Amino acid sequence: MVFMSNARIIPRFPAAGAAALRFAPLAPLSLAGARLAKSLGRRHPSLFARLGEQAGKSFLIDPTDLPFVFLLAPQPQAPRLEALRRDDIGSWDARIAGSFAGLLGLVHGAYDGDALFFSRDLIIEGDTEAVLALRNAIDNEEIDLAGEAAALFGPLELLASRPVRRLAAFVGGWSGVALTRAENERSE
Amino acid sequence: MSARAKDLELICPAGTPAAFRAAINAGAHAVYCGFNDETNARNFPGLNFSREEMAAAIKYAHQHDAKVLIAINTFPRAGAFWRWSKAVDDAARLGADAVILADLGLLDDAARRHPGLRLHVSVQAAAANADAIAFYARVFGARRVVLPRVLTVQEIAAINREIDVETEVFVFGGLCVMAEGRCSLSSYATGKSPNMNGACSPASHVEYRQEGDELVSRLGGFAIHRVSAAEAAPYPTLCKGCFQAGDYKGHVFEDPVSLDAASLIPQLAEAGVTALKIEGRQRSRAYTEAVVRSFRRALDAYAAGRPIAAGELRELTEGQQTTSGAYRKTWR
Repeated sequence: MVFMSNARIIPRFPAAGAAALRFAPLAPLSLAGARLAKSLGRRHPSLFARLGEQAGKSFLIDPTDLPFVFLLAPQPQAPRLEALRRDDIGSWDARIAGSFAGLLGLVHGAYDGDALFFSRDLIIEGDTEAVLALRNAIDNEEIDLAGEAAALFGPLELLASRPVRRLAAFVGGWSGVALTRAENERSE
Repeated sequence: MSARAKDLELICPAGTPAAFRAAINAGAHAVYCGFNDETNARNFPGLNFSREEMAAAIKYAHQHDAKVLIAINTFPRAGAFWRWSKAVDDAARLGADAVILADLGLLDDAARRHPGLRLHVSVQAAAANADAIAFYARVFGARRVVLPRVLTVQEIAAINREIDVETEVFVFGGLCVMAEGRCSLSSYATGKSPNMNGACSPASHVEYRQEGDELVSRLGGFAIHRVSAAEAAPYPTLCKGCFQAGDYKGHVFEDPVSLDAASLIPQLAEAGVTALKIEGRQRSRAYTEAVVRSFRRALDAYAAGRPIAAGELRELTEGQQTTSGAYRKTWR
């Protein structure tokens, strides 16, 4: 006996917001991305241990509802995360594409990567081994993007945490994209 | 309902320490996992546990009254038996509650050198009848057998009437249509075997490519799927490949579909099964959390005499569709 599915709907970034971002400069985003990559390297060293030799690969992270992409190069000594216009995309080893909410949901552990792949909400191209290693390494780190953004403030992290989380909640509420991680409780 | 039926154990998968904690937090009675090498049948990049991570996981499980079963369930390569033997040594040293083994030599090695270590026979051993199971129990002192996914509920009940060891059956997840431990399909396309190297369709040999509106999956250079944007994408396994021969085009062995036997929990309990197993050590912690929580709710509902909710996990399954598999045999 076989039963068919009705898969969940993943929010797409509002079209008006995406249109506005088309004209926004990417330099500040690349600067934040570079700092975020270095901070992640310091705060999550086991991420690189899980990546192993795949850390030398380059990953094109492609939010299909945004007018730009990210190029991630997770080398342990000098990790990089750079924002690029689609016209400026060069070479990459693996491409991971999906809605911005879907991609962030993978980072936050809200979605299962295989399930998004089955439902065609996630597209994978290129080096599959590298993609799997990255997926597994990130999934194990239980990363919270809002927490990582607050950590960029260094010694002022505690002070920055509340406003950063408020901003994340505001943007998340408007766009439907969860910028922070949900916690789970134990069942008894 | 018998007392035994109320005490069903929920055995849950974990491929990373985060998924391990998610399984425990969602209500797993036991978690099965493996070391990060070829000794376990989910040897995928970025997955599994270092010795230090395994020690921490076992401590976490025991603090929450849960058990840890370490899968060392591939077949040792000639000349490298020491690697599998050492994995058993480490599992015993770290305090695992049981090891899940498939190879006769490794079972013998573990039984002789670790007489206090509980041995479970892996599904990879394909022990599918009472005589085979009795052999593992008599010769190696195996305490539990994970039954292959080819038996009906009636056959499971018949086996349980004839044996003195516990049985564990899969209730959710990926569905192997072959006799486990005997399948070499992946080897023909990739040169690597799930039974020896721990990976069916290893990622290093998988390629996905968008060709127009279609997603094309290739394994070892062979195109095995071509799906349109409206279709669910399957895993890149040959057994669920879509092929054309003459005028026929379709799935030769089995459609992409996953096992969900939640609705059969009462029948499996009455058939004398001790433990229900969820497949998916290669999946994310989101999958682990959702599936374990759902099945724990189902077990609690069954124990309390309430109806069991079924079908709520379909969006997580391959092919986005589920089947009760061989338990209710309606195979073509």
